[in-house]
Amino acid sequence: MANNKNGHREKNLVVIQLSGGNDYLNTMVPYQDGLYYDFRPSMGLKGDDLIPLDDRMAFNSNMGPFKGLFDQGKMAVLMGIGYPEPNRSHFRSMDIWHTAEPFTSSAEGWLGKANSLIDPEGKNPITTVNFGRGLPRALASQGVSVASVGALESYGLYTGLAGAQNRDAMLDTISRIYQPMAEGGFPSRRILETGRGALDGADILREAPSKYTSDVEYPEDNPIAQSLKGIAQVMSADLGTRVYYAAHGSFDTHTNELVNHALLWNQLSKAVECFWDDVVAQGKANETVIWMFSEFGRRIADNGAGTDHGSGGVAFVIGDSVKGGLYGEYPKLAVSDQLDGDVRFNTDFRRVYATLLEDVLGVESEPVLKQKFSTLDLITV
Amino acid sequence: MTTVARTRKDVAVVAHLLRRAGFGATRDQIDQYVAKGYEETVEELLNPRVGQPEDQDLMDRYFIASVEARSPGHADPQWSWRLATSEKPLEEKIALFWHGLLAVGGVKLDHGLEMLTEIDLFRRVGLGSFRNILFEISRNPGMMYWLDNQNSHKGAPNENYGRELLELFSMGIDDLGGGAYTEDDVKAAARAFTGWASKPTPPPFFLGPFPMEFRFDASDHDNDEKSFLGETGNFNGEDIIDIIVKKRASAHFIAMRLYLFFVSDEPDEGEIERLTDLFQETDGDIRSMLRYIFNSDHFKSADVRFRKVKSPAELVFGTARLTDRFDIPDMDSSMLANQSLFMGQHLLNPPGVEGWHEGEEWVDSGSLIERVNFAASELGRRDSHGVRRMLDRVGSAGDDLEPEEFVEACLDALGSIELSPGSKTVLVEHAAQYRSAVSGTVDGTDRAVEMFQLIVSTPDYQYC
Repeated sequence: MANNKNGHREKNLVVIQLSGGNDYLNTMVPYQDGLYYDFRPSMGLKGDDLIPLDDRMAFNSNMGPFKGLFDQGKMAVLMGIGYPEPNRSHFRSMDIWHTAEPFTSSAEGWLGKANSLIDPEGKNPITTVNFGRGLPRALASQGVSVASVGALESYGLYTGLAGAQNRDAMLDTISRIYQPMAEGGFPSRRILETGRGALDGADILREAPSKYTSDVEYPEDNPIAQSLKGIAQVMSADLGTRVYYAAHGSFDTHTNELVNHALLWNQLSKAVECFWDDVVAQGKANETVIWMFSEFGRRIADNGAGTDHGSGGVAFVIGDSVKGGLYGEYPKLAVSDQLDGDVRFNTDFRRVYATLLEDVLGVESEPVLKQKFSTLDLITV
Repeated sequence: MTTVARTRKDVAVVAHLLRRAGFGATRDQIDQYVAKGYEETVEELLNPRVGQPEDQDLMDRYFIASVEARSPGHADPQWSWRLATSEKPLEEKIALFWHGLLAVGGVKLDHGLEMLTEIDLFRRVGLGSFRNILFEISRNPGMMYWLDNQNSHKGAPNENYGRELLELFSMGIDDLGGGAYTEDDVKAAARAFTGWASKPTPPPFFLGPFPMEFRFDASDHDNDEKSFLGETGNFNGEDIIDIIVKKRASAHFIAMRLYLFFVSDEPDEGEIERLTDLFQETDGDIRSMLRYIFNSDHFKSADVRFRKVKSPAELVFGTARLTDRFDIPDMDSSMLANQSLFMGQHLLNPPGVEGWHEGEEWVDSGSLIERVNFAASELGRRDSHGVRRMLDRVGSAGDDLEPEEFVEACLDALGSIELSPGSKTVLVEHAAQYRSAVSGTVDGTDRAVEMFQLIVSTPDYQYC
């Protein structure tokens, strides 16, 4: 790891997107507030369904492993996170989190732009690695190459291709075709170079699992655990990757929330527990920061079987360098404090982005966020 | 020119026409179009049969969740099916053109039903006069909501629609942000469109969207005099459109966009000027402009053939059409929209009001891997009608082909594709590794399938 301009060790960022709108109040439960139970007659959590953190807030009981990280002071909980003029559409709200642009529509993602600051000449095709098909807009930026991996072992060209008995010979031929040539030719130099980068990146990434050893056993039937295992494998190969991205969901719990929300957090807790054990074993706990967010929280009042789209939510930052604890305001549930039935946001997520950009990735935040946000004192630098 | 040479040239030009005016054609379809004649084919493409599409009922029965579709994700199986199977390819292509130019996206609208209504609008009027297209889109409830016109009131106009109508939909701006209009013109346009809105205004309904309709509220319309682009009067939105479409800047803007979408990623100013003139002579008749484009020597010349990077939709549906494997609307056809999404083009959900950035920007390292893997796996479907017919063609070319002849036969079977000399040389060397068995034997089939897969993996195949 290099030192950044301030002489601090740069860290790597692992993003876990909780897609669909995670229900803030059944994740972080204000279990001493009678209003919570008034508004949630069908799904208020109590007793064994809670793991108290202090005399006001409790984790959902499916977050057991997170309690350990919280007690060790390695987990920051950002209560009431959001942005001005909240939008309750999944698409639009996720877009706002991806682009950090609440008021205009933009095609450039905040981490895509960060990537171009980290690696301005695009020398490393795997500065950012996404686990999943298709690129989240957070990672999109003009001229930035991002590897998007379904599964590492099968990443690359012609993997699992029916009818390709002769894969090695095919790869050899294709590799000879994607050779950059002079400017102005056809096919264009840019497309040939992109192909070269894709083939090289795939070769490097596919090798990662073979070099990886670990005693941690990630559960097989848990998709986010498998994604985090892939991240641990790439991390262990020291390929210069700075940003990892994975998604978990769907948290869109309009119905049957008690069952589904519990299952999702159960999977996520186990996955992060395994991943963190792995990171510690690799000796990378001090240079790794996990960021978990969702596009919005949900309504304060339940709908009988679940909860509908809301606004203010909760997000988490985890790592040895993280100053753990509760941040932001405790949820205020009185009708007069609500925003159209939702928890009002009190921390702009772009302040967290500024913090992650400056204190984790070691880049200027202003070019990415288009304005200066004050950072939070979250990371030991 | 010999008859054989003339036929080969006819095949190449018709194949080019179908790649641009549609989503490509199989080799058999190309033969049918060649027999019909080039100009007759252009007329057939430009004048698709009107009327209720006969497959709507079929789609509604198979794609139950996309009837009154909630989200773009519920809606895109319907468009996927049409893109993969329509026999009116220019109708779908022009809908894709306007979908990218008059972009309305699920990212904000989040209303699948309305998104499909828009695509239908483009099918219905997209080849007609530009004035009518702007008029229809200005009365489109999804567009009104997308650009906040429901928040534009008499005395408190919201400028979003007025601005984008001028900047992104008609007159355009130059690289420095300058335009042939002023901020005062934007304000006047916004005032003229006050009272134009949708009913109901769409929040993201949990149980599904309601149909929306256009609503003009005369009591919320600014009836005072306005000055717009040098004219003065008590203008309504329709008057604004009438003034806009007479401006040469609008003619040039649409000429440029049609050229970039249908002809080449590299603009040719001479051709674009001629198209601009034609726009002004025909009152902005899109059909006349396309007729001119497709019949021009410039369009048919080798200079522009394979000089446009395929959009994900062109790559996905163009390749899927080669396999001809979609008999009923099912998961297979609806998955094609996902493939396009994986490559960076989320149909019915463009990233913003500017639509997509096209050309070379489509291809990044992640999307290129998706493009190659998808295309290669499609050509691996050796039981599909389309691949079987291609194998027959290669087989009938002869039993003992030289490597170069074998590669040529495969390129021809794929719908008259051409490669750069560099890519072709490498593929001929690949073919030379297995000189024998090309015909009906199992090995011959494997090798032809493998060559199809290699051809669609080339950088050349990223162009159309």
